[in-house]
Amino acid sequence: MSTQIPKQTEKTEETAAETESEVPSKGDERRAEKRRRADERRRQREAEEAEKAAADENTVELRVFRYDPDVEGKQEPRFDTFHVPFTKGMTVLDALMYARDTYDSSLTFRHSCRQAVCGSDAMFVNGGQKLACKTQIDELEEPIRVEPLPHAEVTKDLVVDMEHFYDQMEAVEPYFQTNEYPDGELEEQRQSRENREKIKMSTRCIWCSACMSSCNIAAGDNEYLGPAAINKAYRFAMDEREGEDVKQKRLEIIEQEHGVWRCQTQFSCTEVCPKDIPLTEHIQELKREAVKNNLKFW
Amino acid sequence: MSQSYNRGLIEDFSRWREFEAGMWAWIFHKFTGWVLIGYLFTHIAVLSTAIPASGAETAVLQAGNDVYTQTIVSLEGLLLVRVLEVGLLSVAVFHMLNGARLLLVDLGVGLESQDKSFYASLILTGAITVASVPTFIAGAF
Repeated sequence: MSTQIPKQTEKTEETAAETESEVPSKGDERRAEKRRRADERRRQREAEEAEKAAADENTVELRVFRYDPDVEGKQEPRFDTFHVPFTKGMTVLDALMYARDTYDSSLTFRHSCRQAVCGSDAMFVNGGQKLACKTQIDELEEPIRVEPLPHAEVTKDLVVDMEHFYDQMEAVEPYFQTNEYPDGELEEQRQSRENREKIKMSTRCIWCSACMSSCNIAAGDNEYLGPAAINKAYRFAMDEREGEDVKQKRLEIIEQEHGVWRCQTQFSCTEVCPKDIPLTEHIQELKREAVKNNLKFW
Repeated sequence: MSQSYNRGLIEDFSRWREFEAGMWAWIFHKFTGWVLIGYLFTHIAVLSTAIPASGAETAVLQAGNDVYTQTIVSLEGLLLVRVLEVGLLSVAVFHMLNGARLLLVDLGVGLESQDKSFYASLILTGAITVASVPTFIAGAF
């Protein structure tokens, strides 16, 4: 919405230039006229919106964490307040983008797909880890406090360093491996429907690191794999196509000292997961799997 | 991650208000666990007065003049101890009920209703504590 403001001024300049320099055809004139009218309407609408905002009618108050290590005056963390005009269906990400485009272009945060797929805009909103793009503003109490994810190093404003999280994710080897191949050379590696259902939820992870940030244990133990990585391990360990050998290897990774056994079932990760993955359930199942794997009755 | 960087007070901003059921259950379980460990040692200290008392003569024991009986009687005479006993019971009951809940969680039973079972154990703890008040406090005032 707000991104349209600079574009619009460009457009009006263009149309003005067009009408002045050349002798336009009738069609061009009509189109220009149409564009001008559309612009006028849009400007009118925006003026109305601004008026509404000015009258403090339906604006939301955002308190955003600010920190910039590169600028001397901004090295001390602080909260900035933004008043953003509310539109129906507005998400926290929309509000942040409006604030950035309208008030302060130095406001920094990650976002990409805006539809809860890329997992780049996990933030700490009103005391909970949320995906900003799928958190509706009208469900939140005002003022809305937006902070970077806790238990992670802040790079700037709402951007945190994800390196540690990615390291943990990679530690469980999050890719398909197997040494059991089907007989025919062109045969496919098929998965049963039941097995697919079993791992279905665990495949939904978008690597947003909300669970890792909410986990009390991961906060105190840097070596702990964390819910997301264990969930990834679950996704492959439970995949029957990988075969017994690889499963043993995976269980060895997850049953290490800082693997599944660090989990103390606080359910924080399950509560915050924007993709509703039952993380605690998966961790618990891997614990049982690890025990079963090591129990010997002979 | 957390150890490498300190965001200052701002890091803990409002963190407590937003805890979910599972987190509260964990905090209470830790807290009650420590309280019970602390109690265990005082319990041992009080009970070990029975060792010198066991050497006393039968007449002294029957009259209730031995160290052990005296210790118990004087402790139970204190109002503070009576009130603490109610607290101890509530702590122990919560730890037991939540422990049962954690057993279910470890078995993977009813993970979706783990918050309800936490609330249930809280309510049950409250009920049992209230019901125990007449027994513990009777004659204390």
